[in-house]
Amino acid sequence: MPTNILMPALSPTMEQGKIARWMKKEGDSIKSGDILAEIETDKATMEVEAVDEGVLAKILVPDGTDNVAVNTPIGVIAGEGEDASAAASPAPAVPATQHKPEAAPVAAEAKAPPQPAPAAAPAAVAPDPEIPAGTAMTTMTVREALRDAMAEEMRRDGDVFVMGEEVAEYQGAYKVTQGLLQEFGPKRVVDTPITEHGFAGLAVGAAFSGLRPVLEFMTFNFAMQAIDQIVNSAAKTLYMSGGQMGCPIVFRGPNGAAARVAAQHSQDYTAWYSHIPGLKVVAPYTAADFKGLLKSAIRDPNPIVFLENEILYGQSFDVPQIDDYLVPIGKARIARPGKDVTMVSWSIGVSYALKAAAELEKDGIDVEIVDLRTIRPMDVPAIVASVKKTGRCITIEEGYRQNSVGSEIAARLMEEAFDYLDAPVTRITGKDVPMPYAANLEKLALPNVAEIVQAAKAVLYR
Amino acid sequence: MASVQSSARPKTARKSAADSDAAAPFTGSNIAEFTREQELEAYKMMLLIRRFEEKAGQMYGMGLIGGFCHLYIGQEAVVSGVQLASKEGDAVITGYRDHGHMLALGMDAKGVMAELTGRRGGLSKGKGGSMHMFSKEKHFYGGHGIVAAQVPLGTGLAFAHRYRGNDSVSLTYFGDGAANQGQVYESFNMAELWKLPVVYIIENNRYAMGTAVTRASAQTDFSKRGLSFNIPGVQVDGMDVRAVKAAADQAISWCREGNGPFILEMQTYRYRGHSMSDPAKYRTKEEVQKVRDEHDPIEQVRSRILKANMATEDELKKIDAGVRAVVAEAAEFATNDPEPDASELWTDILK
Repeated sequence: MPTNILMPALSPTMEQGKIARWMKKEGDSIKSGDILAEIETDKATMEVEAVDEGVLAKILVPDGTDNVAVNTPIGVIAGEGEDASAAASPAPAVPATQHKPEAAPVAAEAKAPPQPAPAAAPAAVAPDPEIPAGTAMTTMTVREALRDAMAEEMRRDGDVFVMGEEVAEYQGAYKVTQGLLQEFGPKRVVDTPITEHGFAGLAVGAAFSGLRPVLEFMTFNFAMQAIDQIVNSAAKTLYMSGGQMGCPIVFRGPNGAAARVAAQHSQDYTAWYSHIPGLKVVAPYTAADFKGLLKSAIRDPNPIVFLENEILYGQSFDVPQIDDYLVPIGKARIARPGKDVTMVSWSIGVSYALKAAAELEKDGIDVEIVDLRTIRPMDVPAIVASVKKTGRCITIEEGYRQNSVGSEIAARLMEEAFDYLDAPVTRITGKDVPMPYAANLEKLALPNVAEIVQAAKAVLYR
Repeated sequence: MASVQSSARPKTARKSAADSDAAAPFTGSNIAEFTREQELEAYKMMLLIRRFEEKAGQMYGMGLIGGFCHLYIGQEAVVSGVQLASKEGDAVITGYRDHGHMLALGMDAKGVMAELTGRRGGLSKGKGGSMHMFSKEKHFYGGHGIVAAQVPLGTGLAFAHRYRGNDSVSLTYFGDGAANQGQVYESFNMAELWKLPVVYIIENNRYAMGTAVTRASAQTDFSKRGLSFNIPGVQVDGMDVRAVKAAADQAISWCREGNGPFILEMQTYRYRGHSMSDPAKYRTKEEVQKVRDEHDPIEQVRSRILKANMATEDELKKIDAGVRAVVAEAAEFATNDPEPDASELWTDILK
């Protein structure tokens, strides 16, 4: 029976890709292990090998086709003497399995999942009032915004350099540093060995002497190996030196759950770092905020923990065409104005809030979303101002419930807006379990739109 | 110290390092010829550290100094010899046994002592304490309380020197105890990979707190700890300031010339406990007394000076009196200087 070749998922977060080119023609015989085609993902161009043997009977999706969804049939392999036409049918339920990445696109242990990432395209965010009306916009991904921010700051200041695993020749494990090596050379775009504790300390030492390292952790999960240098060396030295020293450094990389990479690769460290005096903690949602805040972080004289999100990397947003676009650290933004209930979130959590708000709108509930953007120092006045209007607050984050950022927000509202609260502050968090691998369990472990909707109705007594 | 001259040395390391300087084979056992001025300078520097630390110990006993206080007594030749070999611009970083390093760098004794007593005139305004002091002006980057954390930090200082294209080196000190931490080897790897100008100075005082090196280290020849990274290293008599100076001269030029890192194992000894609260029951009084009698770094210089008629007893007494006056003044200042203003609690957290 003829077999469909399906568009493979080549990374944990890939939802679609481009058929760069077929390496076989219709009629060619195929043996297992033959390279069938080159597929371009958002992270890399990868070769796809054949698993099934036979003849490439038909190419369904030609060279150069963009935005081909994972699991779409892209070709048909027929066995000897078989009729290929029988196979060119809609995608079967079984996932694509006939890919074998030449090199793992992310951390070596990350295997391509059989289903797309949980987050879909971003919902609309209210325009930032700080951007003048009528400003021209460019659509770009979070990934591109981060790269542009680094490149602009590197052009501006020769003391800025980028360091981390696979940041230079590989062009970034998540392609965030793409093109930087070509523009700035190996002196300023430095590939490190896999040695988080060591290179974090090295970069902090370089920052003590006045350089401005932008240190990429492939993910913040690996930064746990380096957390002593972040907390004990970077955060505390200004204080311990009576103000003499300084540590202008940015620790950046993806934080929180990606998709299907299980417990050791899926953890949200926002609350951990936000506990530490001497650190600033930034976790934006939109590409514009990623760009403007990363530029501000690189210029800041303090150590900054800049938390990105793998699922957001590929999402596109409007970014203002403003030279030297800076967003101030420590300032929240109203991502959606409303009057009935306040939702406070940041990073990918804002996307959950936006979806919940769209659901609730159908029931006539008008949600205000505060995108914190910076977790430390926290813009408490912005939260309080919103709660004074709505009388209700729900916090949304992927991190664990105990000692969560939401716990802090709840406490601050008790202290500063108690008389304005018409219902208890409700925390929507990741569940109190290590992240499971199974798709259904992973979904249950993360915050979801339904529980946010339910919480909103509960605080409105509906 | 008995083991100093007889220790095996890494053959490959010695060979490659020696090749760069045929006139003086790099064995670590060379002795620098000191002029009268150098002998007197070394004597004065070491004596200042000794007297300062003795006074700090006394003030700790009086309750004027709190927390941890790690004295450098016995190890004075190490930092003094290296300091005599370094030049303006070289960065220095060490662990928590750091008072001697600051004094050798010329940091104000009053400011150091007032930091020990937690007063506003302390070098960190009283907010760092014994283990955490810094001086941008003297290129002293601490003063670090986490064992071995200073090793990648010091490697980063070397990275910065190289990035800026100057010829300064990083003098990164750590102990035999720190030498067993993983981040030391992560640093060695990057330093050699990128040929960073860092001299790793391992102050082997034979005990990591209460654990003798033989009970903690599979390889007790610390000069060999860089072998698998191709980092040359030598063992040095860390009780003889001239041997330290000679070894530091060679290691520092090795680094300045762009050859990458170098390891100096300084074989030394601390007379006091690990910290003021350590009764040092893990070694005998006789062991300590023997080192004091036979290898004391200050006595060695003193007897050389007198024997060579570089100075008279009276002249040395004058130096002693001068040092005592500096220390007394520091103690006086540190005792009477006010504590930091309460408002300082909230300053220097962010810039």
